[in-house]
Amino acid sequence: MQPKTTILSLPEEEFVNPGTRACAGCGLGIAYRVALKAVGRDAILIVPPSCLTVLQGLYPVAATRLPCLNVTFASTAAAATGMVAALKALGRKDTRVVAWAGDGGTADIGLQALSGAAERGDDFLFICYDNEGYMNTGVQRSGTTPMGAVTANTLKGKLQQKKDVPAIMAAHNLSYVATCSAAFPLDLYEKVVKALGMSGVKYLHIQIPCPPGWGYDPKYTVKIGKLAVETGMFTLYEAEHGVVRLTGASRKLADKRSLVPVSEYFRAQSRFSLVDEEAIRQIQSEIEGRWQAVFDRAGDGEEA
Amino acid sequence: MSSHIIESGNTAAALGVKLCRVQVIAAYPITPQTPLTEKLSELVDSQEMEAQYIPVESEHSALAVCIAASSTGARAFTATSANGLLYMHEQIHWAAGARLPLVMCVVNRGVGAPWTIWNDHQDSISQRDTGWIQLYVNDHQQIIDGVIKAYRLAESVMIPVMVCYDGYLLSHTHMPFEVPSQEAVDSFLPPYRPDYALDPKRPANLNTVTLPDTRVDTEGRTAHGYMEIRSLLHEDLQRAVEVYQDVEAGFRDTFGRGGEALFEHYRCEDAEYVAVALGSLSHNLRDVVDTLREAGVPAGVMSIHLYRPFPARQIASFLSPAKGVIVFEKALSYGYEGALCSDIKAALLTHARSRADLPFVHNYILGLGGREIKTSQLVEAMTASCKAGAASHDGVRWIGLKL
Repeated sequence: MQPKTTILSLPEEEFVNPGTRACAGCGLGIAYRVALKAVGRDAILIVPPSCLTVLQGLYPVAATRLPCLNVTFASTAAAATGMVAALKALGRKDTRVVAWAGDGGTADIGLQALSGAAERGDDFLFICYDNEGYMNTGVQRSGTTPMGAVTANTLKGKLQQKKDVPAIMAAHNLSYVATCSAAFPLDLYEKVVKALGMSGVKYLHIQIPCPPGWGYDPKYTVKIGKLAVETGMFTLYEAEHGVVRLTGASRKLADKRSLVPVSEYFRAQSRFSLVDEEAIRQIQSEIEGRWQAVFDRAGDGEEA
Repeated sequence: MSSHIIESGNTAAALGVKLCRVQVIAAYPITPQTPLTEKLSELVDSQEMEAQYIPVESEHSALAVCIAASSTGARAFTATSANGLLYMHEQIHWAAGARLPLVMCVVNRGVGAPWTIWNDHQDSISQRDTGWIQLYVNDHQQIIDGVIKAYRLAESVMIPVMVCYDGYLLSHTHMPFEVPSQEAVDSFLPPYRPDYALDPKRPANLNTVTLPDTRVDTEGRTAHGYMEIRSLLHEDLQRAVEVYQDVEAGFRDTFGRGGEALFEHYRCEDAEYVAVALGSLSHNLRDVVDTLREAGVPAGVMSIHLYRPFPARQIASFLSPAKGVIVFEKALSYGYEGALCSDIKAALLTHARSRADLPFVHNYILGLGGREIKTSQLVEAMTASCKAGAASHDGVRWIGLKL
């Protein structure tokens, strides 16, 4: 049994310098800082154009203390493949390769390269930080923007469902697929550690609340992130070799058998201002249906 | 020991890659490049070659693999043709801007639409402004030698190199050529040791966002802005004209052949009319020149090996004594004329000793999408241009067109 991860047990070494160019209250700041503590010092990062490019700073100043290769938008996972191949060719076996892409760079323009690398089984960790839109370019819809959200190019609210990228990645039979939230950094830390112990492509999908993109006061980033999980909108789980297990706050929801009403999540963000009561009731009922199945399985003594 | 074999152009390229001890190969199959990458896969599988072979899911990813591998310190290679090259376009610019000494074989093929799988030069010519070095080779020996020289050149100036050769005409034909010994190649091409490769012990953030102006770093030193970085690429590309001549001289010293770095010429010593071409077409033109010489026309052929950087001064100085320059091209800058023709005109205008006595320049477009090129057609075209001289030529003329 692993000792319990607490805020005190996290490594003290920081890999992100203070004074990044992230927006106030950016959830990525939390996730990036904590995840890199789990990654450690012998690693190379790969980043396509995204909010992280901005967070890291402008040449010749960089906020990250790990080496990082900035690559073209569609090529993140393929670049990770190339880096892994080079490290292998050079006999540098211990250095880890960690790709960090946004939801656009993962779910949309980067999906082909990611699927290719996953199918080939190249050995690296791919982290999608999902702020549910093209935030870096001024908040446009992405494949992972939730239905109903207003963005600069869905002025009446997005009509389509959020793309389930972790499920797509799970369909590649990966050794490890997990979802995380910036609001639950210890759960995130543990998953990064676990992922790095597995082989092939490992996929982590982190939900990142975004104050300007989602429309809330920057001080509420953690609160909004927690609400997403506690309402059952976003589920924390991991799948090791296909075996799915709820983790952290989602695990607790299953144990308690109760969800926070989803209206609290919707009404806290201006991006959902066009979603009416009837639509929220419908979403509530969909979430309850989904979670009832989880509660039933837990009631039968199965792993939820 | 070197050996003489009879093999295809694609195999010549693959053997060159093997001799260069490339460490990472990424490729996506496209006709007529495919046998080259199949051969490399076979060499890696049979452990005749120690390399990581990555069968990527697209050409865009092929170059992504090479870009990341090279940034991490490995010698990397890819190859493609036509639409595969165009699908890489963004990455082609990126590799040059990132100053990575990649080598890529471009097995020249026409680009769609409509689809064609046959040879012309539109694919690589359309990439001339990306900041890569472009070498055009004419036969199987030049393919294998070209790959070896390309790595030496790329790693000397930290600029990627395309080695372009004609699809089918060279890629799929079998010809005798000499395969140099591993020892000789090792002495000519030392292992790749970049000044910086991605390393957790020396962290750096590569290809970061730059600003329009220069900017100071945390220690108060002024770092380049985008424009300085790009200007240095241009400066180093121009310097590569000299560097490539040194590489060629070194190659001749080691292997005992070659010597014509920038362009090769045939019967040009007293030529009043010079045909200019890229690739294997220039060898067809040798027959044409022989025929013209028999008819009393003093003609010669110039075959340009180094197309980018364009050795404008050397080409202009070679061509300016002629009365006429006839440029034969398997590519077209649609809406104007062949790109090589424009380049030659500009070079003559800039570098010729006297503007009063510039040679006329004619431009023929031929062989697009693999249209057969008959020697008799080339003879007719050359004869017509030599007879008509300066006054007659308005825009491009097509050879073999059946409209």
